[in-house]
Amino acid sequence: MISKLPASLILEGGNLYDPFSDTSVKANLLIHNGVIKQIGKVKPDKLAKVIDCTNKIITPGFIDIHAHFREPGREDKETLETGALAAMAGGFTTVCVMPNTDPPLDNPESIRYIIEKSADLPITIHPIGTITLGQKGEELAEIGEMVAAGAVAVSDDGLPVQNGQVFRYALEYAQKYNIPVINHAEDIPLRNDGVMNESAFSTRLGLPGNPDISESVMVFRDLELADYTGGRIHVPHVSTKRSVELIRRYKAKNIQVTAEVTPHHIGLTQEALREYDTHAKVAPPLRTKTDTEALIEGLLDGTIDCIATDHAPHTIEEKEMNFIHAPCGMIGLESAFALSHTVLRQAGASTEKVIQWLTSKPARIMNFPLNGIEENSPANLNIIDPEEEWEFKPEHIHSRSKNSPMLGMKFKGRIQQTISGKKSFKS
Amino acid sequence: MGALQNRHLIGLEHTPAEDIQKLIDTGFTFREVLERPIKKVPSLTGINVVNLFFENSTRTRISFELAEKRLSADVTNFSASSSSVAKGEGLKDTIQNIHAMKMDCVVMRHPVPGSCLQLSRFVDAVVVNAGDGTHEHPTQALLDMMSIQEKFGKIKGLNIAIVGDICHSRVALSNIHGLIKMGASVTLCGPPHLIPVGIEDLGVEVNHNIDEVIEWADALNILRIQRERMGIGIIPSVREYRDFFGITEERLRNHKKEIVIMHPGPMNRGVEIDSSIADGDQAIILDQVLNGVAVRMSILYLLLAQEEEGGH
Repeated sequence: MISKLPASLILEGGNLYDPFSDTSVKANLLIHNGVIKQIGKVKPDKLAKVIDCTNKIITPGFIDIHAHFREPGREDKETLETGALAAMAGGFTTVCVMPNTDPPLDNPESIRYIIEKSADLPITIHPIGTITLGQKGEELAEIGEMVAAGAVAVSDDGLPVQNGQVFRYALEYAQKYNIPVINHAEDIPLRNDGVMNESAFSTRLGLPGNPDISESVMVFRDLELADYTGGRIHVPHVSTKRSVELIRRYKAKNIQVTAEVTPHHIGLTQEALREYDTHAKVAPPLRTKTDTEALIEGLLDGTIDCIATDHAPHTIEEKEMNFIHAPCGMIGLESAFALSHTVLRQAGASTEKVIQWLTSKPARIMNFPLNGIEENSPANLNIIDPEEEWEFKPEHIHSRSKNSPMLGMKFKGRIQQTISGKKSFKS
Repeated sequence: MGALQNRHLIGLEHTPAEDIQKLIDTGFTFREVLERPIKKVPSLTGINVVNLFFENSTRTRISFELAEKRLSADVTNFSASSSSVAKGEGLKDTIQNIHAMKMDCVVMRHPVPGSCLQLSRFVDAVVVNAGDGTHEHPTQALLDMMSIQEKFGKIKGLNIAIVGDICHSRVALSNIHGLIKMGASVTLCGPPHLIPVGIEDLGVEVNHNIDEVIEWADALNILRIQRERMGIGIIPSVREYRDFFGITEERLRNHKKEIVIMHPGPMNRGVEIDSSIADGDQAIILDQVLNGVAVRMSILYLLLAQEEEGGH
């Protein structure tokens, strides 16, 4: 649960890791009223609470550039407040929320609504505005006004901009405001009525398949448009080997493209659907082992820039529907670090690298300040035990929704405590 | 432990070959009952069976109802509106109602793959899958295999072709699983884009040339081509389908060979099959219908009568 941080707090004996400069230093940390006051040798203070951080890594709070907090419109699934709680539980102190709310965030007033409504929450919430009015893919939304109001990017979220001309306009126009344009890459007619990855396995389950090319065809279009216009695209939740290969090829041409991968697309495969578990129904769908390996390779070689959760809360009632009709999406904030860390450490990445994919890398995509742990800056910190082994259980979920196929999974690496200004979350 | 390894009949993918054989053999016993003047046995007296149909299927439902009545079970029919399925509602409430009413057995037809497995996890009742979308339809495959065995005296070693729109078929998968387990060779024949991705992994061959397939096969299982798939860009025209995949009188005459013709029904006469072929000597389509009742009696008997004796 979230509690108030003691007025004076000393973090003792931990390794301070700065992902922006990729440096580690063993040092004590004095936090006073939510502000880092001193780093290094800290004088003992009888009034201060001391946390023993021996063998722990202290990092800046994580940044999630892709989450759904459902407010306004579907507060039964999540609110800005419950989303913030879930974020804190997962070590995230900055979250970008997608605009597919009801109504969608397609004007400056709704952007301001999110910022004002989240002002007193323990984390920083940055809204993403839509590309087009009503996410309809037809007319450009007031991108300039939304950015002026605080939007950090634009995206029509789950509704890909199908019309190439509209997307070209968006890429050209958004350059003026220096924000990334995020397009859920999916060719809708190719997806057809697919509800899982198209494969021998979907044939066996009798479920309509969504082929990997429905993603890569659209990724290819977007890359070509970015190349042609000089615009800046960010590819969300890359899920296929084909897309990784395309992005790698275009990155070599030095065009402005960044990409993210979700923890579930590297940690789970379509095998999770063996028993028709609707919790594992997600868009884009869980793919094959070949794809997860390519995605991990993409992270390791820099083709994919960062990890983002695509935290997508849905009610029990909706997820209890049959497999065709249950909505796509799973929550991910609470399990994001541990799942990613477990999978990526096995693949040879260091804990520090995983931290970069959750801090400095997403910060660069969104133009956030590149500050590490510094004196006189607000304390946005995680205390991480990279070796703790634990099982993900319902009590670890703080989102209003509980739709996670990760329940019961065993993880290595755990966030012991998250500090965000004057608030703290202890696991 | 009942007479079969699994407590439910969800699909043939997870039904062992010896159980498939037992279901077919017991089917012949009940076939004999169906030839008697009084076609009824008391095997399931006192057992409640509900036929739960979320989709119209007159033939399958009547076949099950007949099988249940001839085993002296108490039968309840329940048809849910297809609009409740479209909205994704229904299954959970239905499950809870069945649970509360203490039904012994649920026979379910549902358009969504996986729904029978979902049902079997939440009810005490024995679940029989009467077709879950494009996933499995095990009772149809069992009646098809029983008909093959009746005709040939065996299944093992035979060449069986399944012809038509495999992608949208509710009967193809179960037939494939069953026939392969029983030792038959299976070839699928149809327009290339209506053959599901990766189907070869199940151990079948794919050949898009119907004449080669006819030369190879001992029996053709011809699937219904749904007229609603025509004219929306999937199948160009009836004429073209007939020319390249249709089982026409002329085509079979050209081959000059004995071949057994099967069809799970309902048929589109003049589309995937000529009327004269469907009604001809080579066809065992009406035997399939009768065997359908017999094999469903066998399924219910082996799942339910044995369970009672076992003291469940």
